[in-house]
Amino acid sequence: MTQFVGAIAGGVGLGSIYALLALGFVIIYKAMGVISFAQPAFLLAGTVLVTYLSPEIGFVPAVVVGAIAIAAVALVVERIAIRPMVGKAVFVIAIITIGIDIIVRIVSGMFVGSDQRTVGDPWGLDAWEVGGVYIEHRDLAAFAVTTVLVLALFAFFRWTPIGLAMRASALDQEAAMAQGVSVGTVFAVSWGLAGALATVAGVFAASGRTVDQNHWHIALLALPVIILGGLDSLGGAVLGGLIIGVTQQIVTSYHRDWFPGLDTNIGSITPYLVMLVVLLVRPYGLFGTREVERV
Amino acid sequence: MTSLTTRWGRPELYTSYRQDMALLNTRSKVLGTVAVLVVAAMMPMLVSDNMLIILGSGLVLAIGAIGLNLVTGYAGQVSLGHAFFVGIGAYAAAVLSGDPDGRYLGLGVDFMPFWLIGAGLVAAIFGALVAPLATRLRGLYLAVVTLGLVFIGQYFFFEWNEMSGGPQVGREAARPELFGIQFTVDNGFKGGWTEEQKLYWLFLGVLVVAAVLARNIARSRIGRAFSAIRDRDVAAGVMGVNLTRYKIVAFTISSFYAGICGALMFSASGHFTPESFSLLMSVQFIAIVLIGGVATISGTIMGAMLIALLPRLASELPAFVPFLSSSASEHPNIFEFEQIMYGVLIVAFLLFEPRGLFGIWHRIRTYWKSFPFSY
Repeated sequence: MTQFVGAIAGGVGLGSIYALLALGFVIIYKAMGVISFAQPAFLLAGTVLVTYLSPEIGFVPAVVVGAIAIAAVALVVERIAIRPMVGKAVFVIAIITIGIDIIVRIVSGMFVGSDQRTVGDPWGLDAWEVGGVYIEHRDLAAFAVTTVLVLALFAFFRWTPIGLAMRASALDQEAAMAQGVSVGTVFAVSWGLAGALATVAGVFAASGRTVDQNHWHIALLALPVIILGGLDSLGGAVLGGLIIGVTQQIVTSYHRDWFPGLDTNIGSITPYLVMLVVLLVRPYGLFGTREVERV
Repeated sequence: MTSLTTRWGRPELYTSYRQDMALLNTRSKVLGTVAVLVVAAMMPMLVSDNMLIILGSGLVLAIGAIGLNLVTGYAGQVSLGHAFFVGIGAYAAAVLSGDPDGRYLGLGVDFMPFWLIGAGLVAAIFGALVAPLATRLRGLYLAVVTLGLVFIGQYFFFEWNEMSGGPQVGREAARPELFGIQFTVDNGFKGGWTEEQKLYWLFLGVLVVAAVLARNIARSRIGRAFSAIRDRDVAAGVMGVNLTRYKIVAFTISSFYAGICGALMFSASGHFTPESFSLLMSVQFIAIVLIGGVATISGTIMGAMLIALLPRLASELPAFVPFLSSSASEHPNIFEFEQIMYGVLIVAFLLFEPRGLFGIWHRIRTYWKSFPFSY
């Protein structure tokens, strides 16, 4: 039982990281109808930047500055490489983001170097013991920060003019333009938000361990999350993140008992397996909008 | 052939649909193709063996990329999972031809056509198994699922040690040998052909067969159905194209090509590890298709050659660019540069020449066709 509760606690922490990443994917998808495969690169770039900043200015300011800086990078990338492609096929833009991902990822990977780099988080691997269950501080921190950010985001979309503009253009881009919404600004803000969210997620994913060049892999695990939640559902991204995170952590924890024949922990591919099963049953995820086909 | 002689001077006059759709529908295409084939066949006598390894790997990449172009370029189904099918092919070939008494799984069938086709068929079966998922999904959902396939596949390649040798250990690749000709044995010192020359010819032969086959698929009923699905699947369905069937066909054929490519990919080095079949390989194939030109076979071959030459170009660079290092422990180094070039090439081609190398060739051709007059 303690193992199970411990797995759930760890899963909520992991799920919070997935939720942040998935929100970034969904925000971009709602704005321009494209999955941005550049998110892994922004995650790595942001995390590496924070490892450089946090010894200088402290952890929390480093995360804030890092998130803002990566948001700026994402804005520039969007302006240079994505904006000229608006109106082209979705697939073409998605592939461009793969190209951007490679460039940004390799460049930021160069700064990882051979020294051990950490994000300098205050909690490391500390944990509270509650009735035999170890609850790690980093999981709690990830969950708390994610909750705050999710609430802030929902408030942003609900009550700010730019949030309204984003909702309007997600609903119908042309109609929004006709009403005077600057769709270009919407694209830019969505990329900036996604870059900042990826940075925060990357920092939490890196807390308690060292950052290496493969740190970006975790961002790809957020792709099953958005498939599960539905590509265009913010709530689905959060819930999907938690579901996938908890499932993955439980499978990782019970791997020895369930799959004694497999040496490598199957937890690493659980999100993809869950995704395949979900897609067989619900092709548009749990909360995704079903595409209506009209001739 | 009589029609060809009467059309001299008016290459675009077609008197029948057959002529219009012919494989080589103009005289210059006939001459050009023959010239390219002759030069390609003469290559082993003209360039060094080191260069031949690179060109040979380009030829093998082209086989796999043609497969990806059939499903992504012609049929419009984005697949990021090509590396998975290449891996299936590589392991199928290695297992079929492997030594039954060796350390790893092997059935001991040396006959090359058997394991080559076998590898293609095994990959095709996996393609057909995955395809039903693809028929339910569209666009980016499909891209993400096929991306997941790469990771799931890699997990099992890592895990199944008797077959793959395990991570970082790997196993021996299939050894091409046909009618007493051992392609991987070097006879250069005895005055015969070297390993590189023989392998190059083998790869060229397989590629020519694969390319002609793909071109014929593309200009037949199946190919037209693919294009219809790509351009508008609902419209295609209304016109009577069976969407489910043709999507399955597209994935199956594409996986078959990937399997053949995988079977041959490691014959030069003779050994491979499961790490090879990563997302990077899928991206490499996507890059080839985009750089070469979506929905063109000749463009795909050009793209594969460019990507195969990229490591060589990168290794030449430190002589010209002082800050680039050739050692992997220093940054920036040529290996990083090489990967960045994939990204830069993908973005640059999509932004400036969406039709790829084929588009550039097309522009040059039209320019010279109407030479003194630009319109």
